[in-house]
Amino acid sequence: MNRRLFLKSSGVAMFGVGTAPVWLSRALYAADAPSPRKKVLITVFQRGAVDGLNMVVPFGESRYYDLRPNIAIPKPASAADGAVDLDGFFGLHPSLKSLKPIYASGKLAIVHAAGSPDPTRSHFDAQDYMESGTPGRKATNDGWLNRSLVAEPGHNSPVRAVSLGTALPRALRGHNDAVAINNLADFQVKDTAGAQSFESMYAGSVDKVLNGTGRETFDAVKLMQGIQKQQYTPSGGAKYPTSRFGQSLKQIARLVKADVGLEVAFTDFGGWDTHVNEVGPKPTVGQLANLLTDFGDSLAAFYSDLADRMDDIVVVTMSEFGRTAKENGTRGTDHGHANAMFVMGGPVHGGKIYGEWPGMAQEQLYEGRDLAVTTDFRDVLGELVTRHLGNRELARVFPGYDAPRYRGLLG
Amino acid sequence: MRQFLTLFLAMSVALPPAGFAKKTEKAKPDADARLFQQKLPKDDQIRHAVDRLTFGARPGDLEAVQKMGLKRWVDLQLHPERIAENPELAARLKPLESLRMTQAQIAANYPTPQLIRAVANGRQPLPEDPVLRASVERIAAKYKAKRAADGDKGAAEEDLEPAKKLNEILSADQIRVLRTGKPDDKRQLLASLPVDQLDDMLIAMPRPMRQQLISNVPEETRRKILMLNAPLQVVNYDLTEGKLYRAIYSNSQLEEVLVDFWYNHFNVFLDKGADRFMVPVYERDAIRPNVLGKFRTLLGATAHSPAMMFYLDNWQSVAAAPANARGNKRAVRGLNENYARELLELHSLGVDGGYTQKDIIEVARCFTGWSIKNPQQGGDFVFNPRTHDKGEKVVLGVTIPAGGNESDGEKVLDIIAHHPSTARFISRKLAMRFVADNPPSQLVDRMAETFRKSDGDIRAVLKTMLESKEFQSAGAFRAKVKTPFEMLVSAVRALDAQVDSAFPLANQLIALGQPLYRKVEPTGYSSLNAEWVNSAALLARMNFALNLAQNHINGIKVDPEKLSYPKVSPQTQATIDQAMKDKAPTPALTAGLILGSPEFQRR
Repeated sequence: MNRRLFLKSSGVAMFGVGTAPVWLSRALYAADAPSPRKKVLITVFQRGAVDGLNMVVPFGESRYYDLRPNIAIPKPASAADGAVDLDGFFGLHPSLKSLKPIYASGKLAIVHAAGSPDPTRSHFDAQDYMESGTPGRKATNDGWLNRSLVAEPGHNSPVRAVSLGTALPRALRGHNDAVAINNLADFQVKDTAGAQSFESMYAGSVDKVLNGTGRETFDAVKLMQGIQKQQYTPSGGAKYPTSRFGQSLKQIARLVKADVGLEVAFTDFGGWDTHVNEVGPKPTVGQLANLLTDFGDSLAAFYSDLADRMDDIVVVTMSEFGRTAKENGTRGTDHGHANAMFVMGGPVHGGKIYGEWPGMAQEQLYEGRDLAVTTDFRDVLGELVTRHLGNRELARVFPGYDAPRYRGLLG
Repeated sequence: MRQFLTLFLAMSVALPPAGFAKKTEKAKPDADARLFQQKLPKDDQIRHAVDRLTFGARPGDLEAVQKMGLKRWVDLQLHPERIAENPELAARLKPLESLRMTQAQIAANYPTPQLIRAVANGRQPLPEDPVLRASVERIAAKYKAKRAADGDKGAAEEDLEPAKKLNEILSADQIRVLRTGKPDDKRQLLASLPVDQLDDMLIAMPRPMRQQLISNVPEETRRKILMLNAPLQVVNYDLTEGKLYRAIYSNSQLEEVLVDFWYNHFNVFLDKGADRFMVPVYERDAIRPNVLGKFRTLLGATAHSPAMMFYLDNWQSVAAAPANARGNKRAVRGLNENYARELLELHSLGVDGGYTQKDIIEVARCFTGWSIKNPQQGGDFVFNPRTHDKGEKVVLGVTIPAGGNESDGEKVLDIIAHHPSTARFISRKLAMRFVADNPPSQLVDRMAETFRKSDGDIRAVLKTMLESKEFQSAGAFRAKVKTPFEMLVSAVRALDAQVDSAFPLANQLIALGQPLYRKVEPTGYSSLNAEWVNSAALLARMNFALNLAQNHINGIKVDPEKLSYPKVSPQTQATIDQAMKDKAPTPALTAGLILGSPEFQRR
């Protein structure tokens, strides 16, 4: 008997629909897995194209200051709000200072000048390519994160793949079950009679799309009910920002600690399309600073909350493309090419900036205007999928990408 | 209730068509092509057309269409000017004053925080209207207090005190009723107060006390409460209520569907700065009058609208300054590509429409100088020749000679509106909304041909689509999953619910994943099935369905016995029968289950 069937028949028989307590689910996982603790890959998508050059500042590059007379982040120590020095050439935006200790402890790595080989500067297409994992190919109809799940027939948790929010992102769509959870507290049908009827109604439906999603949903709901009843206090005094992103990471932390079989999680964070007034009167003020404060503080809170559990976890961030090397006419930046990715977690060889720096001289810029890509985003993700999630079939996860060059981000 | 139960037992049960592969819905071209050639049975034709051209059938709608004849009804929907409007709608729109104002009036009557700061700094006079005045005074005083706390000199807390205290306006008994009384007693008391006293009372109340009255008061008082909290809230409130009322009550259903479609096509995010008060005028004057007209007119109206120029930053885009002789790099303003890119990618040609990065820059140059006069005071469109790039441009191979001024932008709009990529892109997008996620290319070709021959006449393109065999085919029938907005409105309509306050429905839409006017990205919301089918959304739909049918949503009165929905599958019916056996059967539960069923999620 496979686990799901067991959960359905005996679990439900003992406790009634939706009341299987969390210890039972835990016990079920323990029965057919050596350890309920799973390796978890958490993907953060910065939608709208974050300005990578102001997020991870190449302050050692004089052209950076030539191209951005009004919006460059000053060199470390040259101003109160200068970049936070990382290695003498690169520095973090001052609003990301909460990430510095994680970098210093060797658990945060940065890959600069990373991105997609596709030249599109359309948000929609670029996000789509990065989520499908097949740049330039529109016909792909599932996502790389869904494909990265290792096939384990009959032994899969209903919350193996989770997205935080009211939509299931492209990256998580596909053959493997994946659920969108907007908010753990609301993840249920609140009327008991209604819940039972809807469950059997969707289970019996001939509408394949809704039938499949309905089944996944109710499996996950049962597992979530145990968690919903518990109080959650983050460890290590971690204070998550009250923002949507902070709260999403907090809920991912809850799922990780509840040992319900989470393997991949996705959360996104929008608003990075800073065409106008990207930087205010000083670097720690303005649109980008506000967004980065939320971004950095949320990631730092997650890191301290999970403490030892970070050994099982890798968090990776990405954005569809970077922004123009040169500032535009409205104290902002337009759509560009390469960007920077963060990789954070216990298994990460951090404290280091990865990737070749392409330079910012006119002839070094992509199409004469944008930072060039020197690391394909699939090199970064591919390494995490193989070495962290243990999925060796990379050709299925990133079809058509034959020669990944791993950067040695993981051990 | 009994009547409609028999109705769906009596009617033949149509299963959803094939072509729904697992989740990813892989296209099966051959099977799909056959289904799009297979004509729907007569009964289904009416159901299908009503599902696609309206926000869902109300009780009696299908019978009415049958009586009129499907062809005549479709034709009428294509000519909303011939349709008499529903008096129920007019009554509901009446109190929503800001929907009828000019942009400048909105800015003056519902001041932004910036304007209130100007009042606090003595740069602007206080408004005359007592409620508005009190609101502005309060917020301005808070601003001053904050400045004082930050070490600046200025007024402080005492400015927050209202002219009269609450206990000077009401008796102790009256205050007790308002704090802890029953809803009916509250309503009675509030109704008995003369207007002046009511205003004084609202002004004197602490904000939480005022806020908790909001669901117990008539529309006019509700607006005053919102006004006192934050004047700009009223604009948001009017806009969202207006949209919901029109979708629910309008007799010109296709027009409302199209306003939704085109607004979403030319999406503007309400919460970006001045767009907070520009969006109502944008939707009313740029979108609504043009939804069935020439595409070029619609495109031009959006291009000239302050709301769009503010949203996509064009109002600040100016000719790049020539390299300064002294090498001075100080704050020179220059080009911003944002609008130019989205104009080509999203509004007209489509991302594969055959333009280059160079075209985007050239288009951006053409639109320099298209700007807004004083955006914070609700300014209108202005062309500023001083910031316009006067040089020659080449857009999509067409040379636009130097010195064209404002006409440069107009020429760009002419070029793209008449480009074959636009004809195809717009036709396909309409077919994706009205026919299927992956509409047959022959249909799109015919629509695009009509587009080209009719100089982009949207009504003609729709007519080609609606009269096609593909539209009335098994391939299209129930092939679309409703968006949350479509699901919510269709549920309210199927119940013929009485909506006295639509705002709670707007809050429901946030949980359902589609906050109105709040899609941040210029893409607008997707109409593709895969975007809307997921666990969080499905649970939210089920909860909404049960809450609505059980009268748990504020401001909405429902009689579940009125529900009209003729078709559920035998599986769904069996589940409902089982639920009725297990529990004391109630019409509300039955209605809730139908509205949350898989069938009801499709149109």
